[in-house]
Amino acid sequence: MEFGKLFELVIAASLINNFVFTRFLGLCIFFGVSRKMETAVGMSITFTAVMVVSAALSWVVYNFVMVENAMFQGSPDLTFLKIIIFIGIVAAFVQSADTIMKKVSPTLYYKLGVYLALITTNCIILAVPLINAGENYSFFESIAFGLGSGLGFALALVIMASIREKLEIADVPAPFKGLPISFIIAGLIALAFTGFSGLITL
Amino acid sequence: MSVNQKSNWELLKNGMFGENTIFRMAISLCPSIAVTNGMKNGVALGVAVVFVQTMVNFTVSLIRTFIHPKIRIPIFMLIIAGYVTIIDMLMSTYARPVYKEIGLYIQIIVAFASIFARAEVFASKNKIIPSAIDGFGSGVGFLLAMIVISFFRELLGKGELYGYSLISGNPLLIMILPAGGFLAVGLLMGFFNWIDMRFFGGKGASGV
Repeated sequence: MEFGKLFELVIAASLINNFVFTRFLGLCIFFGVSRKMETAVGMSITFTAVMVVSAALSWVVYNFVMVENAMFQGSPDLTFLKIIIFIGIVAAFVQSADTIMKKVSPTLYYKLGVYLALITTNCIILAVPLINAGENYSFFESIAFGLGSGLGFALALVIMASIREKLEIADVPAPFKGLPISFIIAGLIALAFTGFSGLITL
Repeated sequence: MSVNQKSNWELLKNGMFGENTIFRMAISLCPSIAVTNGMKNGVALGVAVVFVQTMVNFTVSLIRTFIHPKIRIPIFMLIIAGYVTIIDMLMSTYARPVYKEIGLYIQIIVAFASIFARAEVFASKNKIIPSAIDGFGSGVGFLLAMIVISFFRELLGKGELYGYSLISGNPLLIMILPAGGFLAVGLLMGFFNWIDMRFFGGKGASGV
């Protein structure tokens, strides 16, 4: 296991192939919660944590259960079920995290619980396990990829939230108020992010 | 929305325009940018969504009385994932070239908020036929939005339409770059808001 490779993977997933700006995933959440800095930070923390855990969980299930001959000699190849199984894993994990958090730490639940419920509809949460499986990443590479994607999403969310807070007092033409202008801003940020391409070639 | 009292035609129209997934509700935005750099990709994904949305609404409505409300979310997710797997396999076999480009996004249909939202808001409370029609309408609304966005992006970015070359000379390369997708959707959304405000006296999009 090389730390250099893992570090590269984190950088690549967070900056160069930033999920929001170059792969366009997780946009619903991105535009939904980036109105206020506070919610953006809450979502970022919850999301990164869930991302890392679900990347690890789905790696284990994929490599020890679904691949041919993984469980025992002659066990069937279940990889064609990966969409159903991965979404099942994520949904089950989010649901149980929700329940446990409510019981163990009501304060934390009060702060972050609402984001937890939203996470299942975030496309990134499904894309990361699917990409991990498609690229045949090792266990630690999968975790690094999950972490990088989480951080990249957090970065995008925080940038966007800080701009949108300023935008509240700006004089935007009426039809462009709210979402349309946010899209245009995202376009400009995406243009800036293309500057990162070519930083590392994996 | 409580139990449906609209006629079938109203349902269809509502899904296509009044509650258009992308321009009015502003959900399921990821594909609206990711696969709209060419009309072929946009149409392919739109058709997949029409299929999944109709079938999911049909199935959810069929079993709505048996599902305990507490566990409905995982169950809806599994139903959606099942249909997405079907369309994923079909497209990887019969539409290989398109699938190579947008395969990941076909699989991501599972996490589309719009599909879940229609199942939760409408199909879990209404009879089978209206539910299927509602799903079909909302799917077609999505397809229309994809066609409109990819029309402008392909025309301006590559000078082509559906793969046929129309305009010679230097196209606006930015339109097929990631950034152009955001710009195109933002401008179109603003335009539709303007129409709504100017001619129909609306208040503009929900403004998430």
